[in-house]
Amino acid sequence: MNSYFERRYTIAGIFIVIVIILLARLFYIQIIDNRYAIYASNNVRRQTIIFPARGPILDRNGKILVQNQTFYDIMVTPKQVKPFDTLEFCKLLGIDKAGFDKRWMKAMKYSPTLPSAFEKQLTGEAFASLQERLSEFPGFDYSPRYLRVYPDSIAAQFLGFIGEVSDRDIERSGGYYHLGDYIGETGVEKSYETVLRGQRGVQNWLIDSKNKRKGRFANGLFDTAAVAGQRLKSSLDINIQRLGEQLMKNKLGSIVAIEPSTGEILCYVSSPTYDPNLMVGRQRGNNAAELYKNPYKPFFIRPIQAYYPPGSSFKPLSALIALQNGIITPETTYNCPGYYWAGNTKIRCTHVHGIVNLSSAVSGSCNGYFSMVFQKIIDLNGSKKTETTFTQWRQNVNKFGLGSRLGLDMPNEGKGNLPTSAYYNKVYRPGGWRSSTVVSLAIGQGELEATPLQLANIECTIANHGFYYRPHLIKSIGADEIIKKEYTERNFVGIDSQYFEPVINGMQAVVDHGTAIQSKIPGIIMCGKTGTAQNPHGENHSVFVAYAPRENPKIAIAVVVENSGEGARWAAPIASFIVEKYLKGSISKRESGITPEYFMNANKLPNIENYTAKGKRRAAFLADSLKKAKPDSVFKQKRKKAVNQIKNNQLQNITPESENKKNE
Amino acid sequence: MNNQRNFFFNVDWITVFIFMALCIIGWFNIHAAVFDERHPFIFDFATNYGKQFLFIMIAFILAIVILLLESRMITTLAPAFYGITIFLLIIVLVIGKNVGGNQAWLSLGGGFRLQPSEFAKFATCLLLARYLSQSNIKITDTKSFLTALAIIGLPMFLILRQPDMGSTLVFYSLIFVLYREGLSANYLIISILFIVLFLASILYPPLYVIAAISVLTFLLIIILRKNKRLITTLLLGLVICVAFIFSVKFIYNKVLQPHQKVRIDIVLGIKSDLRGKGYNVNQSKIAIGSGKLWGKGYLHGTQTKYSFVPAQSTDFIFCTIGEEWGFAGSVIVLGLYLFLVLRIIFIAERQRSSLSRIYGYGVASVLFFHVAINIATTIGLAPVIGIPLPFISYGGSSLINFTMLLFVLLKFDSNRLGIV
Repeated sequence: MNSYFERRYTIAGIFIVIVIILLARLFYIQIIDNRYAIYASNNVRRQTIIFPARGPILDRNGKILVQNQTFYDIMVTPKQVKPFDTLEFCKLLGIDKAGFDKRWMKAMKYSPTLPSAFEKQLTGEAFASLQERLSEFPGFDYSPRYLRVYPDSIAAQFLGFIGEVSDRDIERSGGYYHLGDYIGETGVEKSYETVLRGQRGVQNWLIDSKNKRKGRFANGLFDTAAVAGQRLKSSLDINIQRLGEQLMKNKLGSIVAIEPSTGEILCYVSSPTYDPNLMVGRQRGNNAAELYKNPYKPFFIRPIQAYYPPGSSFKPLSALIALQNGIITPETTYNCPGYYWAGNTKIRCTHVHGIVNLSSAVSGSCNGYFSMVFQKIIDLNGSKKTETTFTQWRQNVNKFGLGSRLGLDMPNEGKGNLPTSAYYNKVYRPGGWRSSTVVSLAIGQGELEATPLQLANIECTIANHGFYYRPHLIKSIGADEIIKKEYTERNFVGIDSQYFEPVINGMQAVVDHGTAIQSKIPGIIMCGKTGTAQNPHGENHSVFVAYAPRENPKIAIAVVVENSGEGARWAAPIASFIVEKYLKGSISKRESGITPEYFMNANKLPNIENYTAKGKRRAAFLADSLKKAKPDSVFKQKRKKAVNQIKNNQLQNITPESENKKNE
Repeated sequence: MNNQRNFFFNVDWITVFIFMALCIIGWFNIHAAVFDERHPFIFDFATNYGKQFLFIMIAFILAIVILLLESRMITTLAPAFYGITIFLLIIVLVIGKNVGGNQAWLSLGGGFRLQPSEFAKFATCLLLARYLSQSNIKITDTKSFLTALAIIGLPMFLILRQPDMGSTLVFYSLIFVLYREGLSANYLIISILFIVLFLASILYPPLYVIAAISVLTFLLIIILRKNKRLITTLLLGLVICVAFIFSVKFIYNKVLQPHQKVRIDIVLGIKSDLRGKGYNVNQSKIAIGSGKLWGKGYLHGTQTKYSFVPAQSTDFIFCTIGEEWGFAGSVIVLGLYLFLVLRIIFIAERQRSSLSRIYGYGVASVLFFHVAINIATTIGLAPVIGIPLPFISYGGSSLINFTMLLFVLLKFDSNRLGIV
């Protein structure tokens, strides 16, 4: 044997020690240290958010106003792309080589290893031809997404639109929204956002080291399903909405029709309107820019944002207040000589009415009678108490919904304007104004301004003999058709029902043999009131308010056609067609010979030139001198500013948007 | 030649069983590591696990062939094996195939490749054993020592030219053989000391290391103060150590290749570039660490299945074991290896022929070095030098080399009662 025999133990010992060190280390990382298990699950786990389908919106009879359609985003993961036939791919996608390079650079910039959208929102047809060949282009994938489609292209201002969230939205939502999410920007989409958006789901995927999906993490144990947004049933009637938009074509103005027995809005037309489909899809940006540039402001929601002096349609209100307070009786008469003296102010009447009572004053729209009533109310306790009685009058008028928001379920509702005594104290001086100073309020002029919605709501109140339901556009929410409680409560205006009869008699007479006789509907008793709102910029605005039928009213309506003249000529016929269509389902031949087609084809758009001819000349002059000026000179900068100002100011007067609104 | 007739009775069956167990463990883990859903069947030859089965079959046949050969023929041919290997190592530098930065492969056609450096381990062990077993050779003689060093050094030099650092270092393990045959323990101590010093002076500022080693020396001097000669040696050693520490920075910066530097940095925790060079080791640690006690189960390792760890079926195969079989599996595999190595030492020591004994220690050293460094790498204790785990890692060259190493020893062992 040999002398170093015992060295076997040293060698074996060294081996054993090393193995023990390895085992100790393994024990540490496998048993004691928990970090590695967490790292491992983070390595393979990726969350994807499943977007729920947004809730559809239906009309009152269940017809679809907006629903979802699936579009396809083409995704690319640059690292996974292998050489392919670029030309063929471009052809399938409908883009050119330059466009391809641009998108490619963008995707590379975003991330070479993560998927990003290469081309967004391909329609089903466009995608179909690509889908079957997508496997030839490794690294390219698709991701479906829902977009809004509007089969009838109507009620754009009611529905509103959705858009990508802004940083502010993200902040306000407390982290609910992420960059690239969609949110309702206007209309119902905005006011019912939380109902429509549904609930997002989460899927946990297993991924490999190249970010490729390999299956569900923990067999989907931690996944949550997406819950689709709830269905909204709107109160609109698609038939009269469509008719209303056709009638208002090439006109500025609005139609609001309400069911008096519920407060449900049946028709909500803002003209000019636009095709809501324009605000969806790949051309959205261009379309939106075009619409914003449109001088007639299609994004302006006239039924709730446009302010008009209510004119004659306001007249019955003061009379009703006077009746309730016993200041007049229905039999109180007034002898109209064709004008009215309020202090030193002479108010002209349309014609010499002679002796009128309440009903005939309403039907004849006698300025004198209502001025007289108004002065009686305000001067009840003597001219010294003008402020107190005026404030009382104002409160009573306010109960009808004027001067404050009705609480429509839509964003951006306007208040209108019902001046306060404080306002007059400021304009004149405390005690420096009398009933005669503010008498134009009696006939719906002066500082008084109302939205078409408020006008229609007054008609509801009259139709209901003294109360209204809060107007709303969404009838019920979800499959269970839940109706909000506040829409079932009556809002009383503080006038007893018997006082309405003389007013209503007068309103019936307006249609039966008064100013609106042209718009009489065969077989239906309609009670209405024509009005003419003064427009300092051009022809007066044509206003008509009405409800029908007289017994058991089904529809109350307010129509405003801007720059068209008398209420009887434009607004009343349009209103009568809507009412008849709603009540009968079709429009019959009229004795007066008016036809819907005539109104549909008429163009009453104000000429932009008239408004801005002077401004345009000035802009042209400035632009010319701007060209000649030296670059970067102070003069040039000043001129540039002036040109921009003119451009901005040019169109501001087209729609009577109150200054007061801006001060709110 | 009575032992020729009953050679199967003299074969050490315990070793054979461990060998077979490790091969099968390897095969199953390769199946898990490179599992392909399109080819789930473990015998599918389109996949690496299918090929590994083929390699295992070849290895078994080779094992039987070796057991049928004459022991004397093997020892006689030792210089020839060595010569052929050296020739192949030179050839590979000229016409070799470069894989992963190492020019280590000879193409055999049909997708199969040969790695001569693997066979160099066997040839070197055998020639070293044959040289040292000569009756007039004593390792303590300078001439014999230098000759032994030359036998080991020649293939090391050629492999370093590829440059394959891992395989080169494997030959360093033969120091255990020399130690067993009488080499002074100082060599072992000094070499371990220098490894520790090298790592320490990269990790810590040189002055700290010098301070630590000085304190250690003075403590030793106080303990051994009666032995004057040893004190002188210790002081001399201290001087050399200090000189070495100062030269480490130079070696580290000028001699090592950039990728080797990075790998050492990672192990020492100097750089934690997890997405870059440190990625492998980090993912490997995550795989093994997430296995916990019982592992995630066969084919259920997420790190393994979704290819987070590169070189999973070869150098990082232990990740799959650690992840899918947990600490329990790791203990079993490490236990099997330790038992195998200790069994080889036991076999070596029962040989009457010194050639067989020396060869046995060679086998034990090479095997153990592979196991220890490979597993240490996967758990972040050693730099990534890229050497396979014996019998388990995917690859024909490695499997066949270890089979040859082991079964030649078993052949010698079955003849131990005869005269070789």
